Amino acid sequence: MIEKPIGPLPLDAPVPGSSFTDLLNWMGAAPEVTIPTGASPVSAPEGTTVLSLRYEGGAVIAGDRRATEGHLVAHRRIRKVFPADRFSAVAIAGTAGLAMDMVKLFQVELEHYEKIEGIRLSLEGKASFLARLVRSQLPMAFQGLVVVPLFAGYDDKEGRGRVYTFDVVGGRYEETDFGSTGSGARLAKSYLRTAYEEDMAPDEATALAVNALVAASSEDTGTGAPDLKRGILPNVVRIDQEGLRELSDEDVFPLAESAMEHIR
Amino acid sequence: MSIPFYVAPEQLVRDKAEFARKGIARGRSIVAVDYADGVLILAENPSSALHKISEVYDRIAFAGVGRYNEFETLRKAGIRQADLMGYLYSREDVTAMGLATAFSQTLGVIFIRDPKPYEVEILLAEISEDGSEHRLFRVTYDGTLYDERRYVAIGGKAEQLVDALEDLWTENLSLRQAFDVCMEAFNRAEGRAPEGWEVAVLESGNGRRAFRRLDPAEITAE
Repeated sequence: MIEKPIGPLPLDAPVPGSSFTDLLNWMGAAPEVTIPTGASPVSAPEGTTVLSLRYEGGAVIAGDRRATEGHLVAHRRIRKVFPADRFSAVAIAGTAGLAMDMVKLFQVELEHYEKIEGIRLSLEGKASFLARLVRSQLPMAFQGLVVVPLFAGYDDKEGRGRVYTFDVVGGRYEETDFGSTGSGARLAKSYLRTAYEEDMAPDEATALAVNALVAASSEDTGTGAPDLKRGILPNVVRIDQEGLRELSDEDVFPLAESAMEHIR
Repeated sequence: MSIPFYVAPEQLVRDKAEFARKGIARGRSIVAVDYADGVLILAENPSSALHKISEVYDRIAFAGVGRYNEFETLRKAGIRQADLMGYLYSREDVTAMGLATAFSQTLGVIFIRDPKPYEVEILLAEISEDGSEHRLFRVTYDGTLYDERRYVAIGGKAEQLVDALEDLWTENLSLRQAFDVCMEAFNRAEGRAPEGWEVAVLESGNGRRAFRRLDPAEITAE
């Protein structure tokens, strides 16, 4: 039985008390979804290709800007790469609305833990928590509303960048070199497989990430190619010892331009 | 069935207040002052592991004196409240004012309802988006809420510290000057050598999260 809280502050909390997600559930504030039996699948915008690769001392994570609904383009400038905290970033593929909600919760969770405990979660800890969030979406996945994130960050204990991919049931896999998810993932990965080299310089790795997105966009209708005229450029985030840095459109433009020039 | 002895409410409140005040008086004090770029919070704290000052939200910091477990409970509750509000609504909807009234109500209820009141005093500091306007709140053991300006002190020597700051504080202090002003205020109020400092600032140039812990040596080296 839950005792009536004293005053307006949540003095008591679930044990252990450092998880924001558990707090939401405990307070009954988490969004509840019940799916009626025999409900037909709904259609919602889907985010497409995101990818991440490791380089010397860090990782780069990037995504195109398109969201599709069936055969239509739902959004041209959607954002699919988000900072998770100062040393990690998450990119999303799948049902965009649910994925963005998951990212928001993940961001609050990491900051909440850091404030409550006075110390950041380890990179492994963050990835493992994200896997739990993916797993909690499983009932929705049976409705065709799938969310599959990609997670990259800098591990200060090991002094290197790390990349994690996930599957729909919350399986978590650490990738040795690169990972990709979304409709164009196969195409992006086959490009990366031939062009990837170990211990690349940050700029080399960033250019490669953009090239791989462009390669995916040339055969996958779900992946949006950079639109240089309208300034629709991939989102690119780099994470290393210094923390996370989001590349500006000015930084990405020449990379996108060169990638578009060289693609056949 | 036993009937409890009648105690006049005045007596009850007086006894509880005296008890709480005694507990707080034993603790070391904390000051917060406005300076050019934000708010500086300085606590006398011999431990480097157990913090008295903490980040609550993007532009809000918390500090507590008294019983560690009690202000720690309040600190965590404040963070929970802030993160909940920010998640359910928007980050800009979390304000020090809202949190201060929540602390005030909670401490007020505990003071009246529980056999033992909390032996704590807490302070909340907030800086505005551009760092130009700072807010300082102080909440006492019985839930009384004070809206302070320019500087605030909590703990056993709060009165003496405020007296000293009245004399020492000026507008537009640099970080170094603000730190020196606080040290001097402690020096005058306590009249003894300090047992270690815990320093933190809310600074407008720090990005979304304005809170930063500082090493005293780092400030004096500047």
